Amino acid sequence: MKQLSMGDRLFTFFAYTFLVLFTALILLPLLYIIITSFAPAKDYLTRGFFLIPSHWTLDAYQYLLHNPGFVQSFKNSIFITVIGTFINITVTSMMAYGLSESWIKGRSAVNFMILFTMLFSGGLVPTYLVVDSLHLIDTFWALWLPAAVAPFNVIVMRSFFASLPYELKESSRIDGCGEWRMFAKIILPLAKPAIATFTLFYMVGNWNTYFSAVIYLNDDSKWPLQVFLRQMLVINDERVGLLNEALYTYTPSARMAAILVSALPLLVIYPFLQKHFNKGMLVGSVKG
Amino acid sequence: MNAPIIQQQSVGSSTVPSVRVKSQYWKRAFPYYFMILPGLLYLLIFRYAPMFGLFIAFKKYSPFQGVWGSEWVGFDHFVRLFTESDFLLLLKNTLILNLLDVLVAFPFPILIAVLLNEVGRKYWKNSIQTIMYAPHFLSWVVIVGITMLLFRTQDGGINALLGSLGLNRIELMTDPHYFRFVWLFHNIWQGAGWGAIIYLASIASIDPALYEAARVDGASRLRQILHITLPSLKTIILIMLILRLGNFIDVGFEHVFLLQNPLNLEVSDVFETYIYRQGLVQGDFSYVTAVGLFKSVVGLVMVVSANAIAKRFGEEGVY
Repeated sequence: MKQLSMGDRLFTFFAYTFLVLFTALILLPLLYIIITSFAPAKDYLTRGFFLIPSHWTLDAYQYLLHNPGFVQSFKNSIFITVIGTFINITVTSMMAYGLSESWIKGRSAVNFMILFTMLFSGGLVPTYLVVDSLHLIDTFWALWLPAAVAPFNVIVMRSFFASLPYELKESSRIDGCGEWRMFAKIILPLAKPAIATFTLFYMVGNWNTYFSAVIYLNDDSKWPLQVFLRQMLVINDERVGLLNEALYTYTPSARMAAILVSALPLLVIYPFLQKHFNKGMLVGSVKG
Repeated sequence: MNAPIIQQQSVGSSTVPSVRVKSQYWKRAFPYYFMILPGLLYLLIFRYAPMFGLFIAFKKYSPFQGVWGSEWVGFDHFVRLFTESDFLLLLKNTLILNLLDVLVAFPFPILIAVLLNEVGRKYWKNSIQTIMYAPHFLSWVVIVGITMLLFRTQDGGINALLGSLGLNRIELMTDPHYFRFVWLFHNIWQGAGWGAIIYLASIASIDPALYEAARVDGASRLRQILHITLPSLKTIILIMLILRLGNFIDVGFEHVFLLQNPLNLEVSDVFETYIYRQGLVQGDFSYVTAVGLFKSVVGLVMVVSANAIAKRFGEEGVY
């Protein structure tokens, strides 16, 4: 028995070590980016490897804020995210609620249609042709509409609505409450945590949207932040310019700052919503 | 952990409101249909219309003649795909990346969830979770961007460190040898913490009495994991695996595309990037639609057979 408890202690030690190492692996690059974004540009040229800037400066941030391309794409991203998320969450939660009542006729056909889109899709070009034929190219609608609903989210939300106690709805019906009022006054308040969680998920998707912007938006004044960032970070183009502005040169600090500014909105919001993810609301959902 | 919801659903259906009178049914059901409508329209326009558009895979589409006017070419595009010298390369790259991902990245969240469950202190557990979920919120552009910044030859943090230690600098992004490793590492870095949520929730629903009994019988922590935790996770692991296998022909366009450059094309070119290049860049719409159709059909076959196999073994399956 004593041997076992020794083993247990070793095991717990291993668990902690593994998790702390993994956490450090995530945290260290992010910390490095944050700290060095406050370094003056000359540090990179003269000092080689460094952790602490020779002096702390906001140069990189000021530089970004005076770059019309960065500012424009940041604004675009906010606009795309706010409207897009509103469309996502409205259509998704309405559809999920509509399908949550088992006595609705035709419900299983629609459920099957949702499931099937998760297994099979028309693919890139046919979708592009549909978007093109609706004249959505080069408008934000091309980002919003083709991604209006994530089928998986409808399935999860539907099980959430279906799991609300039926007696609640029944008793309000007996009290003469109409279906609409019941939805607004009883269901929605109960669904707040679920709606908050899915709002966050959709927000992440909208804020990080990249590929659809690349294929549907040719007009660079409409570019979201991610596309701008790619030009700046990944293509390694030292001089990215938008809107025919004068060409900009990005120092490493400016690149770090751009990463931080683009990641900040989500990283700030998510800890507030974190408590909802763990409740298992998302689980039990894989099955319709 | 599926059980409660299914139960509740069946409770719901047993108390169907009295809908015998037709007009009464419609009056009551109308709000529900009204709410389903926008989502249904979305499915029809943006999900099902493209599926019908797949028939251009059997045509020689030209923008001038339109979808309807273009001439039929039968299976020409498929013959071209299978005889194209790139085909084997695309298939090989796709399979290698997916195999690596399923073998290495897929078990990672399970490991994290199991180990996290061993962490007794609430504060530690919460902090670790908060940090581990964070990368899920970063885009591939940001993650690839961070990697490139850290590995810039001269002033990138890691290469500067290696340089100052007198070690060789690593050309991480341009040397094709590193591509698969970087791709896999990114997947784990971004997804492993977040992926653990579903398993953590599953673990939380295990009856504590089982562990109690095991402790009384003197089972070690490791034994408790092997004989209680992992068997309880079997169903959810299987479901996740089936869903994962359905994506075995997909690699995830954005991530690969951002890591791709002319130097590593030989290991990084996959069906999705090929479709993008041949289709939207070169304008060969019909051909890449055929490639996409091939990919979708393989995906469908994979998920349906994985599901059937799971059911054969007495498991629930996904649908």
